[in-house]
Amino acid sequence: MTEPAIAVTGLTKRFGGRVVVDRVTLSVARGEIAGFLGPNGSGKTTTIRMMCGLLEPDGGEGRVLGHDIRRERRAIKRRVGYMTQRFSFYEDLTIEENLRFVAGLYGMRPVARAVRDTLADLGLTSRRGQLAGALSGGWKQRLALAACLMHKPDLLLLDEPTAGVDPKARREFWDEIHARAAEGLTVLVSTHYMDEAERCHRIAYISYGRLVAHGTVAEVVAGAGLSTLVLTGGRTAEAARALDGAEGVEQVAHFGATLHVVGRDPDRLRRAVAPVAAEMGARIDPAETSLEDVFIKLMGEARDTA
Amino acid sequence: MIGRVLSFGRLMALLAKETIQMRRDRLTFGMMLGIPLVQLMLFGFAINTDPKELPAALVAPTQDRFTRAMVSALELTGYYRFVAPDATAAEAERMIARGDVSFVVTIPSDFGRRVMRGESPSILIDADATDPSVASGAISTLGTVAGQALSREAGVAAPAPGLSVVVHRRYNPEGVTQYNIVPALLGVILQLTMVMMTAMALTRETERGTMENLLSMPATPLEVMLGKIVPYLGVGAVQVVVVLAASRLVFGVPFVGSLTLILAGVFVFVMALVILGYLISTVARTQMQAMQITFFFFLPSLMLSGFMFPYRGMPGWAQALGEIFPLTHFLRLIRAVMLKGAGLATVSGSFLVLGLFVLVLALAALTRFRKTLD
Repeated sequence: MTEPAIAVTGLTKRFGGRVVVDRVTLSVARGEIAGFLGPNGSGKTTTIRMMCGLLEPDGGEGRVLGHDIRRERRAIKRRVGYMTQRFSFYEDLTIEENLRFVAGLYGMRPVARAVRDTLADLGLTSRRGQLAGALSGGWKQRLALAACLMHKPDLLLLDEPTAGVDPKARREFWDEIHARAAEGLTVLVSTHYMDEAERCHRIAYISYGRLVAHGTVAEVVAGAGLSTLVLTGGRTAEAARALDGAEGVEQVAHFGATLHVVGRDPDRLRRAVAPVAAEMGARIDPAETSLEDVFIKLMGEARDTA
Repeated sequence: MIGRVLSFGRLMALLAKETIQMRRDRLTFGMMLGIPLVQLMLFGFAINTDPKELPAALVAPTQDRFTRAMVSALELTGYYRFVAPDATAAEAERMIARGDVSFVVTIPSDFGRRVMRGESPSILIDADATDPSVASGAISTLGTVAGQALSREAGVAAPAPGLSVVVHRRYNPEGVTQYNIVPALLGVILQLTMVMMTAMALTRETERGTMENLLSMPATPLEVMLGKIVPYLGVGAVQVVVVLAASRLVFGVPFVGSLTLILAGVFVFVMALVILGYLISTVARTQMQAMQITFFFFLPSLMLSGFMFPYRGMPGWAQALGEIFPLTHFLRLIRAVMLKGAGLATVSGSFLVLGLFVLVLALAALTRFRKTLD
């Protein structure tokens, strides 16, 4: 069990001459929840599709659960649960019928038992007769998760699973994921919600098809080498205008009534912020740099080198 | 006031959007321009309601000058083309049952002798009357032409004896059009519904976004194909029962041949159709495109298969084109078995071709099926 669940190197994919995934090397240990982050169109979905055999890589290689991603697609499909970004079960089938279909495709015997257990497991029993198309976003997601978990996969690939799902359903979803991971399931989940990234054991950040940072959240934040000052009270809108683009300041962002100012060098940052804060009547407090600040910096850097 | 119901600006916005969408869908655009042109050319030249140069077989044990005179006279009418000028009676019988020839002209061995003796000679023409329109023109000009030719050949030596031409309208002596059309309609109805329904099979998955999910699960291309087509075999079976029952009970079409053979033929034909539809669905990206491809295929097969117009009456190139449609071979098969009572030996060729369609189309579909989203 020492072999990682996912180990890909130099994974590359081009669509009509445009490089969508550029030499991505990634490793996810078994039983780990790995967050896969990046802006829209950064190549997250394409990378995941290459991992589960839905796309043929143009370059690089990799193994998923010990199987070669080029040559052993069928073996991978059997042991991986893939939840697509867009709901992709049959809307004109009920929850139960969809699950029966999936159970049949994975050759689960007896089908009825597998369906009953899965329905109970994910709290879908009372809704089993509802058409999937009539379900709300949260319930659709739950059905999709149920269908992906049904054949007891060793690896779960989730592509932005919580898009369009309310906070309570999201919380329950993550509880479910953590419970499964504790039982040994490996999970790779793509998202662009920062709070979700922080629920992952490790994260990988991809931008313009390139992997630009990976590690635990703390490692990624530390690795970015940023410091943050928070301005509270006073005329924050004016302060923001004054600080935007100022010497030593990288980012200025509003958080409610406060202003987060981020820079690389703590001393230069303070020198830039202090006079503005005094003028606008705001208080300065040092703060932890947030993951979001780090990602915005990474995005900017990736664009410069792309 | 009018601005409320019809605003020029809003209308232009809608028109611009529709035009852009229409242009983006290359296939649709091509079909809108291509279909009318191709089909006009195709049908304009191919279709002929007064078919000429129909294939005929000649059974003439003694090929003397009188026989030759008769043959050249018949050919001169423009209706007959002797593809088998020296057939035995048995061979000729097989050919007409299979539909290879439309006529069998039999000139008895004592024909020349009777002319010389001044006795009234006779020739026998067996016409395949399953399609009444084929035979009519060819038969109507027959008597006079043959008589004149004979007088010329007999010349001054003897007074022109009265030639009697015996015509057998085979298989459909009363010339009932329904006998020909109703069995063929079975093929046409099956073709329309089977191909159209299965052509949507994969495009629906793609359009609804369920394809990605289906591909991520362990189903093989063969399993997906069979899963998509087998239900339609059931639908086809219901249609077959309905049409065959109506043929017998409502239209009184005779079932001369074996019902088992008819059903076997229908089965192979339906297999070819559903797989063809499935192949279309691996090509089309939207249901709209699938529909268009189906129609692009449907119309020529209707015109060139021998359903609407006599197959043998079309020019050679159009007949060759007609061969690529399963419907053409099915029509030959069903008419031969149902109306002419042909046995397996006679129609084995049609079975073979239809089987070949199934095989080739299935291979093409399985190759076309994209196992990945690439």
